[in-house]
Amino acid sequence: MSWPVRPTQQIGTALDHVAGMTLAAVLAVLWGLPLLYSVWTAFHAEKYSVQFDLTAPWTLQNFVEAWNAAPFGLYFINTVLLSLMAVSANFVLCTLTAYGLVRYRFRWAGPLFALIMVQMLITPEILIGPNYLTLARLGLIDTIFGVALPYLSSAFGIFLLRQTFKTVPASLDEAATMEGAGMWRVLWDVYVPLAKPVYLAYGLVSVSFHWNNFLWPLIVTNSPEARPVTVGLSVFATVDSGVEWSLVNAATLMTTAPLVLAFLLFQRGFVDNFMRIGIK
Amino acid sequence: MNKPLGISRAIALLGVPLVLLITFTHYPLLQSVVSSFWSKGTKIRPSKFIGLDNYAKLFDDPVLAKVMWNSLIYAAVTIPVTVALSIAMALLVNSKLPGRALMRLSFFLPTMLPMIAVANLWLFVYVPGYGLIAQVMIWLGLPDINFLGSSETALWAMMVVAVWKEAGLFMIFYLAALQSIPQNLKEAAVLEGAGKARVFRDIVWPLLAPTTVFVAINAMLNAFRVIDHVVAMTNGGPNNASALLLFYIYQVAFGFRDFPYGATLTVLLAGILGLFAIVQFKLLDRRTHYQ
Repeated sequence: MSWPVRPTQQIGTALDHVAGMTLAAVLAVLWGLPLLYSVWTAFHAEKYSVQFDLTAPWTLQNFVEAWNAAPFGLYFINTVLLSLMAVSANFVLCTLTAYGLVRYRFRWAGPLFALIMVQMLITPEILIGPNYLTLARLGLIDTIFGVALPYLSSAFGIFLLRQTFKTVPASLDEAATMEGAGMWRVLWDVYVPLAKPVYLAYGLVSVSFHWNNFLWPLIVTNSPEARPVTVGLSVFATVDSGVEWSLVNAATLMTTAPLVLAFLLFQRGFVDNFMRIGIK
Repeated sequence: MNKPLGISRAIALLGVPLVLLITFTHYPLLQSVVSSFWSKGTKIRPSKFIGLDNYAKLFDDPVLAKVMWNSLIYAAVTIPVTVALSIAMALLVNSKLPGRALMRLSFFLPTMLPMIAVANLWLFVYVPGYGLIAQVMIWLGLPDINFLGSSETALWAMMVVAVWKEAGLFMIFYLAALQSIPQNLKEAAVLEGAGKARVFRDIVWPLLAPTTVFVAINAMLNAFRVIDHVVAMTNGGPNNASALLLFYIYQVAFGFRDFPYGATLTVLLAGILGLFAIVQFKLLDRRTHYQ
Protein backbone atom coordinates (compact mmCIF):
# COMPACT_ATOMS: atom_id res chain seq x y z
CA MET A 1 0.00 0.00 0.00
CA SER A 2 1.19 3.48 -0.72
CA TRP A 3 0.46 5.17 2.57
CA PRO A 4 2.99 4.98 5.44
CA VAL A 5 2.68 1.89 7.61
CA ARG A 6 3.59 1.97 11.28
CA PRO A 7 5.77 -0.95 12.53
CA THR A 8 3.02 -2.32 14.81
CA GLN A 9 0.74 -2.65 11.85
CA GLN A 10 3.16 -4.66 9.78
CA ILE A 11 2.13 -8.06 11.18
CA GLY A 12 -1.50 -7.23 10.57
CA THR A 13 -0.68 -6.12 7.03
CA ALA A 14 1.14 -9.38 6.36
CA LEU A 15 -1.90 -11.33 7.59
CA ASP A 16 -4.17 -9.23 5.38
CA HIS A 17 -1.89 -10.00 2.51
CA VAL A 18 -2.13 -13.76 3.08
CA ALA A 19 -5.92 -13.55 3.46
CA GLY A 20 -6.13 -11.49 0.26
CA MET A 21 -3.97 -13.95 -1.65
CA THR A 22 -6.06 -16.89 -0.45
CA LEU A 23 -9.33 -15.24 -1.41
CA ALA A 24 -7.83 -14.26 -4.75
CA ALA A 25 -6.65 -17.79 -5.45
CA VAL A 26 -9.97 -19.39 -4.49
CA LEU A 27 -12.04 -16.97 -6.57
CA ALA A 28 -9.73 -17.13 -9.57
CA VAL A 29 -9.82 -20.93 -9.57
CA LEU A 30 -13.61 -21.07 -9.13
CA TRP A 31 -14.05 -18.58 -11.96
CA GLY A 32 -11.46 -20.06 -14.28
CA LEU A 33 -12.05 -23.76 -13.83
CA PRO A 34 -15.33 -24.36 -15.71
CA LEU A 35 -13.93 -22.65 -18.78
CA LEU A 36 -10.55 -24.43 -18.56
CA TYR A 37 -12.28 -27.79 -18.16
CA SER A 38 -14.33 -27.08 -21.24
CA VAL A 39 -11.18 -26.11 -23.18
CA TRP A 40 -9.54 -29.35 -22.07
CA THR A 41 -12.37 -31.60 -23.28
CA ALA A 42 -12.88 -29.65 -26.49
CA PHE A 43 -9.24 -30.09 -27.52
CA HIS A 44 -8.90 -33.76 -26.55
CA ALA A 45 -10.36 -37.04 -27.72
CA GLU A 46 -13.47 -38.17 -25.82
CA LYS A 47 -11.59 -40.78 -23.77
CA TYR A 48 -9.40 -38.09 -22.15
CA SER A 49 -12.32 -35.94 -21.02
CA VAL A 50 -12.33 -37.51 -17.56
CA GLN A 51 -8.66 -38.26 -17.15
CA PHE A 52 -6.24 -35.41 -16.92
CA ASP A 53 -3.22 -36.92 -18.57
CA LEU A 54 -0.97 -33.99 -19.39
CA THR A 55 0.67 -35.99 -22.16
CA ALA A 56 -2.66 -36.58 -23.91
CA PRO A 57 -2.46 -35.44 -27.53
CA TRP A 58 -4.25 -32.21 -28.45
CA THR A 59 -6.65 -32.36 -31.37
CA LEU A 60 -8.94 -30.13 -33.42
CA GLN A 61 -11.08 -33.09 -34.44
CA ASN A 62 -13.98 -32.11 -32.13
CA PHE A 63 -14.22 -28.69 -33.75
CA VAL A 64 -14.22 -30.17 -37.25
CA GLU A 65 -16.93 -32.66 -36.30
CA ALA A 66 -19.09 -30.07 -34.53
CA TRP A 67 -18.76 -27.63 -37.43
CA ASN A 68 -19.88 -30.31 -39.87
CA ALA A 69 -22.68 -31.65 -37.67
CA ALA A 70 -24.77 -28.45 -37.76
CA PRO A 71 -24.92 -25.38 -40.04
CA PHE A 72 -22.82 -23.19 -37.73
CA GLY A 73 -21.57 -21.10 -40.64
CA LEU A 74 -25.14 -20.07 -41.41
CA TYR A 75 -25.84 -19.40 -37.72
CA PHE A 76 -22.81 -17.10 -37.58
CA ILE A 77 -23.95 -15.13 -40.62
CA ASN A 78 -27.41 -14.78 -39.04
CA THR A 79 -25.96 -13.52 -35.76
CA VAL A 80 -23.71 -11.02 -37.53
CA LEU A 81 -26.65 -9.73 -39.61
CA LEU A 82 -28.85 -9.52 -36.52
CA SER A 83 -26.21 -7.63 -34.51
CA LEU A 84 -25.43 -5.21 -37.36
CA MET A 85 -29.11 -4.54 -37.98
CA ALA A 86 -29.82 -3.91 -34.30
CA VAL A 87 -26.77 -1.75 -33.63
CA SER A 88 -27.16 0.46 -36.70
CA ALA A 89 -30.87 0.97 -36.00
CA ASN A 90 -30.08 1.67 -32.32
CA PHE A 91 -27.54 4.31 -33.32
CA VAL A 92 -29.83 6.12 -35.75
CA LEU A 93 -33.10 5.92 -33.83
CA CYS A 94 -31.70 6.66 -30.37
CA THR A 95 -29.70 9.60 -31.75
CA LEU A 96 -32.79 11.14 -33.34
CA THR A 97 -34.88 10.75 -30.19
CA ALA A 98 -32.19 12.05 -27.85
CA TYR A 99 -31.56 15.02 -30.15
CA GLY A 100 -35.25 15.85 -30.25
CA LEU A 101 -35.52 15.62 -26.46
CA VAL A 102 -32.44 17.72 -25.74
CA ARG A 103 -32.45 20.43 -28.41
CA TYR A 104 -36.14 21.26 -28.67
CA ARG A 105 -38.82 22.23 -26.23
CA PHE A 106 -42.35 20.98 -26.48
CA ARG A 107 -45.27 20.52 -24.19
CA TRP A 108 -45.13 16.80 -23.56
CA ALA A 109 -41.36 16.38 -23.31
CA GLY A 110 -41.42 15.31 -19.63
CA PRO A 111 -44.19 12.70 -19.85
CA LEU A 112 -42.75 11.48 -23.16
CA PHE A 113 -39.37 10.82 -21.55
CA ALA A 114 -41.07 8.98 -18.69
CA LEU A 115 -42.96 6.88 -21.22
CA ILE A 116 -39.72 5.98 -22.98
CA MET A 117 -38.07 5.03 -19.69
CA VAL A 118 -40.76 2.39 -19.11
CA GLN A 119 -38.78 0.16 -21.47
CA MET A 120 -35.75 0.25 -19.14
CA LEU A 121 -37.87 -1.64 -16.61
CA ILE A 122 -40.31 -3.64 -18.74
CA THR A 123 -37.81 -4.97 -21.25
CA PRO A 124 -38.90 -6.95 -24.32
CA GLU A 125 -38.04 -10.27 -22.59
CA ILE A 126 -40.94 -9.79 -20.22
CA LEU A 127 -43.41 -9.23 -23.06
CA ILE A 128 -42.52 -12.29 -25.15
CA GLY A 129 -46.13 -13.53 -25.26
CA PRO A 130 -47.92 -10.48 -26.72
CA ASN A 131 -44.89 -9.53 -28.85
CA TYR A 132 -44.93 -12.95 -30.45
CA LEU A 133 -48.59 -12.41 -31.41
CA THR A 134 -47.76 -8.96 -32.86
CA LEU A 135 -44.89 -10.41 -34.85
CA ALA A 136 -47.12 -13.19 -36.16
CA ARG A 137 -49.69 -10.61 -37.31
CA LEU A 138 -46.91 -8.73 -39.14
CA GLY A 139 -45.88 -12.00 -40.80
CA LEU A 140 -42.34 -11.73 -39.45
CA ILE A 141 -42.07 -14.99 -37.51
CA ASP A 142 -38.91 -16.92 -38.39
CA THR A 143 -37.08 -13.93 -39.89
CA ILE A 144 -33.91 -12.21 -38.70
CA PHE A 145 -35.66 -8.85 -39.01
CA GLY A 146 -38.41 -10.16 -36.73
CA VAL A 147 -35.85 -11.12 -34.09
CA ALA A 148 -34.34 -7.62 -34.20
CA LEU A 149 -37.56 -5.58 -34.44
CA PRO A 150 -38.56 -5.21 -30.74
CA TYR A 151 -35.00 -4.13 -29.89
CA LEU A 152 -34.45 -1.53 -32.64
CA SER A 153 -35.55 1.37 -30.45
CA SER A 154 -33.90 1.22 -27.05
CA ALA A 155 -34.66 3.26 -23.93
CA PHE A 156 -31.17 2.55 -22.64
CA GLY A 157 -29.58 4.05 -25.78
CA ILE A 158 -31.89 7.06 -25.72
CA PHE A 159 -31.08 7.68 -22.06
CA LEU A 160 -27.34 7.38 -22.64
CA LEU A 161 -27.27 9.74 -25.63
CA ARG A 162 -29.62 12.21 -23.98
CA GLN A 163 -27.24 12.48 -21.02
CA THR A 164 -24.34 13.01 -23.43
CA PHE A 165 -26.08 15.53 -25.69
CA LYS A 166 -27.02 17.57 -22.62
CA THR A 167 -23.33 18.25 -22.04
CA VAL A 168 -22.86 19.80 -25.49
CA PRO A 169 -22.11 23.52 -24.90
CA ALA A 170 -24.95 25.79 -26.06
CA SER A 171 -22.40 28.16 -27.59
CA LEU A 172 -21.23 25.50 -30.06
CA ASP A 173 -24.81 24.85 -31.16
CA GLU A 174 -25.52 28.60 -31.48
CA ALA A 175 -22.33 29.27 -33.44
CA ALA A 176 -23.18 26.55 -35.93
CA THR A 177 -26.73 27.86 -36.26
CA MET A 178 -25.45 31.42 -36.83
CA GLU A 179 -23.34 30.13 -39.67
CA GLY A 180 -26.51 28.85 -41.25
CA ALA A 181 -26.33 25.16 -40.36
CA GLY A 182 -29.73 23.49 -40.32
CA MET A 183 -31.10 20.85 -37.94
CA TRP A 184 -29.32 17.91 -39.61
CA ARG A 185 -26.00 19.73 -40.08
CA VAL A 186 -25.89 20.73 -36.41
CA LEU A 187 -26.65 17.15 -35.35
CA TRP A 188 -24.00 15.67 -37.62
CA ASP A 189 -21.26 18.29 -37.12
CA VAL A 190 -21.75 19.29 -33.47
CA TYR A 191 -23.60 16.63 -31.47
CA VAL A 192 -22.52 13.32 -33.01
CA PRO A 193 -18.73 13.97 -32.97
CA LEU A 194 -18.84 14.93 -29.28
CA ALA A 195 -20.60 11.67 -28.41
CA LYS A 196 -18.11 9.38 -30.16
CA PRO A 197 -16.86 7.52 -27.05
CA VAL A 198 -20.45 6.92 -25.97
CA TYR A 199 -21.30 5.46 -29.37
CA LEU A 200 -18.31 3.13 -29.08
CA ALA A 201 -19.26 1.98 -25.59
CA TYR A 202 -22.95 1.62 -26.43
CA GLY A 203 -22.08 -0.22 -29.64
CA LEU A 204 -20.02 -2.77 -27.72
CA VAL A 205 -22.73 -3.31 -25.13
CA SER A 206 -25.36 -3.59 -27.84
CA VAL A 207 -23.39 -6.06 -29.98
CA SER A 208 -22.65 -8.31 -27.03
CA PHE A 209 -26.31 -8.17 -26.00
CA HIS A 210 -27.57 -9.24 -29.42
CA TRP A 211 -24.81 -11.78 -29.92
CA ASN A 212 -25.82 -13.40 -26.62
CA ASN A 213 -29.61 -13.02 -26.71
CA PHE A 214 -31.39 -16.36 -26.55
CA LEU A 215 -35.00 -16.60 -25.34
CA TRP A 216 -36.66 -14.28 -27.86
CA PRO A 217 -34.85 -15.70 -30.93
CA LEU A 218 -35.61 -19.21 -29.61
CA ILE A 219 -39.33 -18.41 -29.66
CA VAL A 220 -39.37 -16.50 -32.93
CA THR A 221 -37.21 -18.71 -35.14
CA ASN A 222 -37.82 -22.28 -36.20
CA SER A 223 -35.60 -22.80 -39.21
CA PRO A 224 -31.79 -22.75 -39.59
CA GLU A 225 -32.12 -19.86 -42.07
CA ALA A 226 -33.13 -17.42 -39.32
CA ARG A 227 -31.50 -18.96 -36.24
CA PRO A 228 -28.67 -17.07 -34.46
CA VAL A 229 -25.73 -19.04 -32.97
CA THR A 230 -27.13 -19.09 -29.44
CA VAL A 231 -30.27 -20.91 -30.58
CA GLY A 232 -28.24 -23.07 -32.96
CA LEU A 233 -25.95 -24.05 -30.11
CA SER A 234 -28.83 -25.02 -27.85
CA VAL A 235 -30.50 -27.05 -30.62
CA PHE A 236 -27.18 -28.81 -31.22
CA ALA A 237 -26.57 -29.47 -27.53
CA THR A 238 -30.06 -30.78 -26.75
CA VAL A 239 -30.21 -33.40 -29.44
CA ASP A 240 -28.93 -35.14 -26.30
CA SER A 241 -28.81 -38.86 -26.64
CA GLY A 242 -25.99 -39.19 -29.12
CA VAL A 243 -24.01 -35.98 -28.85
CA GLU A 244 -20.67 -36.34 -27.08
CA TRP A 245 -19.62 -33.86 -24.43
CA SER A 246 -16.42 -33.08 -26.22
CA LEU A 247 -18.42 -32.01 -29.29
CA VAL A 248 -20.79 -29.88 -27.22
CA ASN A 249 -17.81 -28.20 -25.58
CA ALA A 250 -16.14 -27.62 -28.93
CA ALA A 251 -19.34 -26.07 -30.29
CA THR A 252 -19.74 -23.91 -27.17
CA LEU A 253 -16.21 -22.54 -27.46
CA MET A 254 -16.54 -22.07 -31.21
CA THR A 255 -19.69 -19.98 -30.94
CA THR A 256 -18.31 -17.76 -28.21
CA ALA A 257 -14.79 -17.43 -29.66
CA PRO A 258 -15.38 -14.30 -31.77
CA LEU A 259 -16.55 -12.16 -28.85
CA VAL A 260 -13.92 -13.55 -26.48
CA LEU A 261 -11.14 -12.93 -29.02
CA ALA A 262 -12.45 -9.42 -29.60
CA PHE A 263 -12.38 -8.89 -25.85
CA LEU A 264 -8.83 -10.18 -25.49
CA LEU A 265 -7.68 -7.90 -28.31
CA PHE A 266 -9.40 -4.76 -27.04
CA GLN A 267 -9.38 -5.61 -23.34
CA ARG A 268 -8.31 -2.23 -22.10
CA GLY A 269 -10.72 -0.23 -24.20
CA PHE A 270 -13.53 -2.66 -23.56
CA VAL A 271 -13.30 -2.48 -19.79
CA ASP A 272 -12.86 1.29 -19.84
CA ASN A 273 -15.92 1.69 -22.01
CA PHE A 274 -18.04 -0.55 -19.82
CA MET A 275 -16.91 1.62 -16.92
CA ARG A 276 -17.78 4.81 -18.70
CA ILE A 277 -21.32 3.58 -19.26
CA GLY A 278 -21.54 2.56 -15.62
CA ILE A 279 -20.46 5.91 -14.26
CA LYS A 280 -23.13 7.87 -16.09
CA MET B 1 -31.00 25.50 -28.02
CA ASN B 2 -34.51 24.79 -26.86
CA LYS B 3 -36.20 25.86 -30.03
CA PRO B 4 -39.86 25.02 -30.40
CA LEU B 5 -40.44 21.67 -32.04
CA GLY B 6 -42.67 21.92 -35.09
CA ILE B 7 -44.83 19.03 -36.19
CA SER B 8 -42.68 18.05 -39.17
CA ARG B 9 -39.51 18.04 -37.08
CA ALA B 10 -41.27 16.06 -34.36
CA ILE B 11 -42.23 13.40 -36.89
CA ALA B 12 -38.76 13.31 -38.44
CA LEU B 13 -36.98 12.95 -35.11
CA LEU B 14 -39.39 11.07 -32.89
CA GLY B 15 -41.77 9.31 -35.29
CA VAL B 16 -40.12 5.96 -36.00
CA PRO B 17 -38.50 5.39 -32.58
CA LEU B 18 -41.74 6.11 -30.75
CA VAL B 19 -43.86 3.92 -33.02
CA LEU B 20 -41.45 1.03 -32.39
CA LEU B 21 -41.33 1.61 -28.63
CA ILE B 22 -45.10 1.82 -28.37
CA THR B 23 -45.65 -1.24 -30.56
CA PHE B 24 -43.32 -3.48 -28.55
CA THR B 25 -43.55 -2.05 -25.02
CA HIS B 26 -46.68 -0.04 -24.26
CA TYR B 27 -49.11 -1.77 -26.59
CA PRO B 28 -48.19 -5.31 -25.42
CA LEU B 29 -48.42 -4.13 -21.81
CA LEU B 30 -51.94 -2.82 -22.40
CA GLN B 31 -52.77 -5.86 -24.48
CA SER B 32 -51.72 -8.09 -21.59
CA VAL B 33 -54.03 -6.22 -19.24
CA VAL B 34 -56.92 -6.50 -21.70
CA SER B 35 -56.46 -10.18 -22.53
CA SER B 36 -56.10 -11.07 -18.85
CA PHE B 37 -59.87 -10.49 -18.66
CA TRP B 38 -60.59 -13.10 -21.34
CA SER B 39 -60.65 -16.90 -21.36
CA LYS B 40 -58.46 -19.16 -23.44
CA GLY B 41 -60.20 -19.74 -26.78
CA THR B 42 -60.37 -23.14 -28.45
CA LYS B 43 -61.63 -24.16 -31.88
CA ILE B 44 -65.09 -25.01 -30.54
CA ARG B 45 -65.36 -22.45 -27.75
CA PRO B 46 -64.20 -18.97 -28.68
CA SER B 47 -62.46 -16.80 -26.09
CA LYS B 48 -64.98 -14.91 -23.93
CA PHE B 49 -64.93 -12.15 -21.31
CA ILE B 50 -64.51 -13.64 -17.83
CA GLY B 51 -63.73 -10.58 -15.73
CA LEU B 52 -61.29 -11.27 -12.92
CA ASP B 53 -61.41 -15.07 -13.16
CA ASN B 54 -57.80 -15.28 -14.36
CA TYR B 55 -56.71 -13.22 -11.37
CA ALA B 56 -58.69 -15.46 -9.02
CA LYS B 57 -56.88 -18.40 -10.61
CA LEU B 58 -53.54 -16.86 -9.57
CA PHE B 59 -54.43 -17.53 -5.96
CA ASP B 60 -55.14 -21.21 -6.29
CA ASP B 61 -52.47 -22.13 -8.81
CA PRO B 62 -50.05 -24.38 -6.87
CA VAL B 63 -47.41 -24.12 -9.62
CA LEU B 64 -47.50 -20.31 -9.40
CA ALA B 65 -47.07 -20.47 -5.62
CA LYS B 66 -44.02 -22.69 -6.12
CA VAL B 67 -42.62 -20.45 -8.86
CA MET B 68 -43.11 -17.26 -6.85
CA TRP B 69 -41.35 -18.82 -3.89
CA ASN B 70 -38.48 -19.92 -6.16
CA SER B 71 -38.16 -16.44 -7.67
CA LEU B 72 -38.15 -14.87 -4.23
CA ILE B 73 -35.36 -17.16 -2.97
CA TYR B 74 -33.47 -16.70 -6.22
CA ALA B 75 -33.56 -12.89 -5.99
CA ALA B 76 -32.95 -12.80 -2.22
CA VAL B 77 -29.84 -14.96 -2.57
CA THR B 78 -28.31 -13.95 -5.90
CA ILE B 79 -28.54 -10.16 -5.42
CA PRO B 80 -26.59 -9.85 -2.13
CA VAL B 81 -24.14 -12.63 -3.05
CA THR B 82 -23.40 -10.99 -6.40
CA VAL B 83 -22.93 -7.59 -4.74
CA ALA B 84 -20.58 -9.03 -2.09
CA LEU B 85 -18.53 -11.05 -4.56
CA SER B 86 -18.23 -8.24 -7.08
CA ILE B 87 -16.95 -5.90 -4.36
CA ALA B 88 -14.43 -8.56 -3.24
CA MET B 89 -13.31 -9.00 -6.85
CA ALA B 90 -12.97 -5.26 -7.39
CA LEU B 91 -10.89 -4.90 -4.18
CA LEU B 92 -8.62 -7.76 -5.28
CA VAL B 93 -8.16 -6.47 -8.81
CA ASN B 94 -7.60 -2.95 -7.45
CA SER B 95 -5.00 -4.13 -4.90
CA LYS B 96 -1.29 -4.62 -5.40
CA LEU B 97 -1.48 -8.42 -5.39
CA PRO B 98 0.44 -10.30 -8.08
CA GLY B 99 -1.60 -11.78 -10.93
CA ARG B 100 -4.14 -8.96 -11.00
CA ALA B 101 -4.44 -8.94 -14.79
CA LEU B 102 -5.11 -12.68 -14.82
CA MET B 103 -7.72 -12.32 -12.07
CA ARG B 104 -9.50 -9.56 -13.93
CA LEU B 105 -9.58 -11.68 -17.05
CA SER B 106 -10.84 -14.73 -15.19
CA PHE B 107 -13.60 -12.75 -13.42
CA PHE B 108 -14.68 -10.82 -16.47
CA LEU B 109 -14.64 -13.55 -19.14
CA PRO B 110 -17.90 -15.21 -18.01
CA THR B 111 -19.80 -11.98 -18.56
CA MET B 112 -18.69 -11.99 -22.21
CA LEU B 113 -20.14 -15.43 -22.86
CA PRO B 114 -23.76 -15.90 -23.84
CA MET B 115 -25.85 -17.31 -20.97
CA ILE B 116 -26.61 -20.31 -23.17
CA ALA B 117 -22.88 -21.11 -23.51
CA VAL B 118 -22.44 -20.63 -19.77
CA ALA B 119 -25.31 -23.07 -19.25
CA ASN B 120 -23.51 -25.64 -21.42
CA LEU B 121 -20.26 -25.20 -19.48
CA TRP B 122 -22.06 -25.70 -16.18
CA LEU B 123 -24.11 -28.65 -17.43
CA PHE B 124 -20.74 -30.28 -17.86
CA VAL B 125 -19.63 -29.18 -14.39
CA TYR B 126 -22.76 -30.71 -12.84
CA VAL B 127 -23.05 -34.01 -14.80
CA PRO B 128 -23.21 -36.82 -12.26
CA GLY B 129 -20.42 -39.38 -12.34
CA TYR B 130 -18.35 -37.50 -14.85
CA GLY B 131 -18.51 -33.73 -14.45
CA LEU B 132 -16.04 -31.51 -12.65
CA ILE B 133 -17.85 -31.57 -9.30
CA ALA B 134 -18.47 -35.32 -9.48
CA GLN B 135 -14.77 -35.93 -10.04
CA VAL B 136 -13.81 -33.80 -7.06
CA MET B 137 -16.43 -35.57 -4.92
CA ILE B 138 -15.18 -39.00 -6.02
CA TRP B 139 -11.59 -37.96 -5.38
CA LEU B 140 -12.58 -36.81 -1.87
CA GLY B 141 -14.52 -40.04 -1.35
CA LEU B 142 -17.85 -38.23 -1.05
CA PRO B 143 -21.15 -39.43 -2.55
CA ASP B 144 -22.00 -38.23 -6.05
CA ILE B 145 -24.96 -35.82 -6.22
CA ASN B 146 -27.17 -35.14 -9.20
CA PHE B 147 -27.40 -31.39 -8.64
CA LEU B 148 -29.72 -30.63 -11.55
CA GLY B 149 -31.84 -33.74 -11.12
CA SER B 150 -32.89 -33.41 -7.49
CA SER B 151 -35.44 -30.87 -6.32
CA GLU B 152 -33.42 -29.84 -3.26
CA THR B 153 -30.43 -28.62 -5.27
CA ALA B 154 -31.67 -27.64 -8.76
CA LEU B 155 -32.58 -24.03 -7.88
CA TRP B 156 -29.28 -23.53 -6.02
CA ALA B 157 -27.40 -24.88 -9.02
CA MET B 158 -29.13 -22.20 -11.15
CA MET B 159 -28.15 -19.48 -8.68
CA VAL B 160 -24.49 -20.51 -8.78
CA VAL B 161 -24.54 -20.22 -12.57
CA ALA B 162 -26.16 -16.77 -12.46
CA VAL B 163 -23.70 -15.43 -9.87
CA TRP B 164 -20.74 -16.89 -11.78
CA LYS B 165 -21.81 -15.15 -14.95
CA GLU B 166 -22.76 -11.77 -13.46
CA ALA B 167 -20.32 -10.92 -10.69
CA GLY B 168 -17.55 -9.99 -13.14
CA LEU B 169 -19.65 -7.38 -14.90
CA PHE B 170 -20.59 -5.65 -11.65
CA MET B 171 -16.95 -5.86 -10.57
CA ILE B 172 -16.16 -3.42 -13.40
CA PHE B 173 -18.58 -0.83 -11.99
CA TYR B 174 -17.12 -1.20 -8.49
CA LEU B 175 -13.62 -0.95 -9.93
CA ALA B 176 -14.53 2.39 -11.50
CA ALA B 177 -16.02 3.58 -8.21
CA LEU B 178 -13.01 2.43 -6.17
CA GLN B 179 -10.63 4.27 -8.43
CA SER B 180 -12.55 7.50 -7.93
CA ILE B 181 -12.23 7.39 -4.12
CA PRO B 182 -9.67 10.03 -3.09
CA GLN B 183 -6.55 8.36 -1.75
CA ASN B 184 -6.04 11.07 0.90
CA LEU B 185 -9.29 10.14 2.65
CA LYS B 186 -7.97 6.64 3.27
CA GLU B 187 -4.55 7.95 4.24
CA ALA B 188 -6.07 10.32 6.77
CA ALA B 189 -8.07 7.49 8.34
CA VAL B 190 -5.00 5.27 8.56
CA LEU B 191 -2.99 8.06 10.20
CA GLU B 192 -5.71 8.33 12.81
CA GLY B 193 -5.25 4.64 13.54
CA ALA B 194 -8.08 3.06 11.59
CA GLY B 195 -7.53 -0.57 10.51
CA LYS B 196 -8.40 -1.91 7.09
CA ALA B 197 -11.82 -3.17 8.14
CA ARG B 198 -12.59 0.23 9.66
CA VAL B 199 -11.45 2.08 6.52
CA PHE B 200 -13.68 -0.15 4.43
CA ARG B 201 -16.71 0.21 6.69
CA ASP B 202 -16.53 3.95 7.31
CA ILE B 203 -15.04 5.28 4.08
CA VAL B 204 -15.08 2.86 1.16
CA TRP B 205 -18.51 1.26 1.67
CA PRO B 206 -20.43 4.58 2.08
CA LEU B 207 -18.70 6.02 -0.99
CA LEU B 208 -19.64 2.92 -2.98
CA ALA B 209 -23.32 3.36 -2.07
CA PRO B 210 -24.48 4.84 -5.41
CA THR B 211 -22.76 1.99 -7.27
CA THR B 212 -24.36 -0.54 -4.94
CA VAL B 213 -27.80 0.91 -5.66
CA PHE B 214 -27.09 0.76 -9.41
CA VAL B 215 -25.77 -2.81 -9.19
CA ALA B 216 -28.65 -3.97 -6.98
CA ILE B 217 -31.24 -2.59 -9.43
CA ASN B 218 -29.57 -4.35 -12.35
CA ALA B 219 -29.12 -7.59 -10.44
CA MET B 220 -32.79 -7.44 -9.51
CA LEU B 221 -33.87 -6.91 -13.13
CA ASN B 222 -31.65 -9.79 -14.24
CA ALA B 223 -33.01 -12.07 -11.52
CA PHE B 224 -36.46 -11.64 -13.04
CA ARG B 225 -35.72 -11.57 -16.73
CA VAL B 226 -32.82 -13.95 -17.41
CA ILE B 227 -34.02 -17.54 -17.67
CA ASP B 228 -31.82 -18.85 -20.50
CA HIS B 229 -29.98 -21.14 -18.08
CA VAL B 230 -33.25 -22.54 -16.73
CA VAL B 231 -34.45 -23.32 -20.27
CA ALA B 232 -31.16 -24.95 -21.22
CA MET B 233 -30.24 -26.78 -18.01
CA THR B 234 -33.35 -28.05 -16.22
CA ASN B 235 -36.37 -26.85 -18.17
CA GLY B 236 -37.78 -25.78 -14.81
CA GLY B 237 -37.57 -29.26 -13.34
CA PRO B 238 -37.56 -31.52 -11.56
CA ASN B 239 -41.18 -30.89 -10.58
CA ASN B 240 -40.88 -27.09 -11.06
CA ALA B 241 -38.09 -27.01 -8.47
CA SER B 242 -36.03 -24.61 -10.61
CA ALA B 243 -38.82 -22.76 -12.45
CA LEU B 244 -38.78 -18.96 -12.14
CA LEU B 245 -41.69 -16.59 -12.82
CA LEU B 246 -40.63 -15.64 -16.36
CA PHE B 247 -39.96 -19.29 -17.13
CA TYR B 248 -43.52 -20.11 -16.05
CA ILE B 249 -44.86 -17.34 -18.31
CA TYR B 250 -42.87 -18.82 -21.18
CA GLN B 251 -44.22 -22.28 -20.39
CA VAL B 252 -47.85 -21.16 -20.08
CA ALA B 253 -47.79 -19.06 -23.25
CA PHE B 254 -45.69 -21.26 -25.52
CA GLY B 255 -45.95 -24.71 -23.95
CA PHE B 256 -49.63 -24.77 -22.92
CA ARG B 257 -50.64 -22.11 -25.50
CA ASP B 258 -52.73 -20.35 -22.84
CA PHE B 259 -52.08 -16.75 -23.88
CA PRO B 260 -54.73 -15.12 -21.64
CA TYR B 261 -53.33 -16.74 -18.47
CA GLY B 262 -49.82 -15.98 -19.71
CA ALA B 263 -50.93 -12.34 -20.09
CA THR B 264 -52.25 -12.36 -16.51
CA LEU B 265 -48.88 -13.62 -15.28
CA THR B 266 -47.14 -10.96 -17.39
CA VAL B 267 -49.24 -8.27 -15.66
CA LEU B 268 -48.17 -9.78 -12.33
CA LEU B 269 -44.48 -9.69 -13.28
CA ALA B 270 -44.71 -6.13 -14.63
CA GLY B 271 -46.45 -5.15 -11.37
CA ILE B 272 -43.68 -6.70 -9.26
CA LEU B 273 -40.98 -4.91 -11.28
CA GLY B 274 -42.88 -1.62 -11.06
CA LEU B 275 -43.19 -1.99 -7.30
CA PHE B 276 -39.47 -2.71 -6.91
CA ALA B 277 -38.64 0.28 -9.10
CA ILE B 278 -40.72 2.61 -6.92
CA VAL B 279 -39.13 1.29 -3.72
CA GLN B 280 -35.63 1.65 -5.15
CA PHE B 281 -36.24 5.17 -6.45
CA LYS B 282 -37.36 6.12 -2.94
CA LEU B 283 -34.15 4.63 -1.53
CA LEU B 284 -32.12 6.46 -4.15
CA ASP B 285 -33.85 9.70 -3.19
CA ARG B 286 -32.97 9.25 0.46
CA ARG B 287 -29.33 8.63 -0.47
CA THR B 288 -29.12 11.89 -2.36
CA HIS B 289 -30.64 13.85 0.53
CA TYR B 290 -28.19 12.15 2.82
CA GLN B 291 -25.15 13.47 0.96
